Amino acid sequence: MAGAGGGGNDVQWCFSQVKGAIDDDVAEADIISTVEFNHSGELLATGDKGGRVVIFQQETENKSQPQCRSEYNVYSTFQSHEPEFDYLKSLEIEEKINKIRWLPQKNAAQFLLSTNDKTIKLWKISERDKRPEGYNLKEEDGRYRDAATITTLRVPVFRPMDLMVEASPRRVFVNGHTYHINSISVNSDNETYLSADDLRINLWHLEITDRSFNVVDIKPANMEELTEVITAAEFHPHQCNTFVYSSSKGTIRLCDMRASALCDKHSKLFEEPEDPSNRSFFSEIISSISDVKFSHNGRYMMTRDYLSVKIWDLNMENRPVETYQVHEYLRSKLCSLYENDCIFDKFECCWNGNDSVVMTGSYNNFFRMLDRSQRRDVTLEASRESCKARQVLKPRRVCAGGKRKKDEISVDSLDFNKKILHTAWHPQENIIAVATTNNLYIFQEKVN
Amino acid sequence: MSGEVEASTEEQQEIQDTVVSPEKTEEAKLKARYPHLGTKPGGSDLLRKRLQKGQKYFDSGDYNMAKAKMKNKQLPTAAAEKTEITGDHIPTPQDLPQRKQSLVASKLAV
Repeated sequence: MAGAGGGGNDVQWCFSQVKGAIDDDVAEADIISTVEFNHSGELLATGDKGGRVVIFQQETENKSQPQCRSEYNVYSTFQSHEPEFDYLKSLEIEEKINKIRWLPQKNAAQFLLSTNDKTIKLWKISERDKRPEGYNLKEEDGRYRDAATITTLRVPVFRPMDLMVEASPRRVFVNGHTYHINSISVNSDNETYLSADDLRINLWHLEITDRSFNVVDIKPANMEELTEVITAAEFHPHQCNTFVYSSSKGTIRLCDMRASALCDKHSKLFEEPEDPSNRSFFSEIISSISDVKFSHNGRYMMTRDYLSVKIWDLNMENRPVETYQVHEYLRSKLCSLYENDCIFDKFECCWNGNDSVVMTGSYNNFFRMLDRSQRRDVTLEASRESCKARQVLKPRRVCAGGKRKKDEISVDSLDFNKKILHTAWHPQENIIAVATTNNLYIFQEKVN
Repeated sequence: MSGEVEASTEEQQEIQDTVVSPEKTEEAKLKARYPHLGTKPGGSDLLRKRLQKGQKYFDSGDYNMAKAKMKNKQLPTAAAEKTEITGDHIPTPQDLPQRKQSLVASKLAV
């Protein structure tokens, strides 16, 4: 049953699949750093710290077993980026894949952009299911035939072969960024895309690798005056002239590329006024926006800061229309979260297909589903203990203090090393991909 | 008499502060542990640290030595001196990094 992608809390989520090793000893390279469905939801890509991309494909539905929703199986895997050394600055450039973004499909092949800190690559993933056989001058294994032995001519024909999926880098966009790339976003015009680093945003054409336009530059003349950095950027889903970028100070700027070539002056500034009496050392750090995502309908955008998720109406700049607490109980733990660096963790967020529910991750392998239409929320866990096929996930509760009820977990027992930073929601169906440190969980709506 | 009243008002204010703002309590804790936090001038250290993410090496030779050391545990190591930043001995042919590591498949793709 094709779900409308709605009803986060009428929906019962159950386990579908888990990918990755079970052992607790996690190699650095296996840490998942990005998860993204393509536009049809048929393909699911992951990137990791080792610079590798793994793409899963949804199997076509089994009509005889309607309750067994289609599974995702490995389709292709390749090494996207390698570690490099910046000779000028004597700095290592990590191969970790920061973001993957799919291009809308135009022909038989699939295209995606993957980026590490410095270099963006356009990958073509294509299928080959037939090969030419019967060459005149070559044997089947490739060796050349002795011309003297050839007495007849034949026409080579294509014969079916086992499906082979090939990934090849079609474009490499280098040297566009002095600082570390945190976002890439494909424009709705399907010709350009933007890439953002801490201080600048560039506009690229997918066909042109040796040039890009700088559209935002917030680098101060004197670096001592640096007060904020760009944390995320995204193009509007329909308006090809509009993009937004978020900052470490909790603001979002909307820019219109029709207004000027250099969009240093924003068209709109989204900022929630802060009560100055509530200000603390942590205020700015926890207000830093780690992710910004437009809704599918293009009317809203969602931002994620350390403790909350905010929904903004693009027509209202002075405050968000909705605010959801993700894990408010952490507010009284900020001191230790600062000391162990967890306060700097960058959580992502995502919308469901019809923009009625949003999802974001937390600690202890918990993730949160926030239902906008029903004003309800639920906390679920991605754990090896709930891995029986079609096992329904039980809501989790965290006890902030005082008496801990049965089935609740106390804040002090949370495992802060188990973070869910990356999640993705199928564009049409109620299928979600949740990445723990080194495992990818796929959950689906329970079908009766 | 009045001293007592003053003291209890202060106490009440303190309790109120704690109740009203767990953040401020946490801030006080942090300042107690790191008294010099936030007092250094010249832009935000946090932001600067963020801009310069990535491990720094002395030069490319140092970088390649470090990579080789990670891959090849049998490397004869002189006593590791913390002050030396250029790698701890002149490389011989067997110390040079091996050819590029062949693709180790992701465990997700198993």
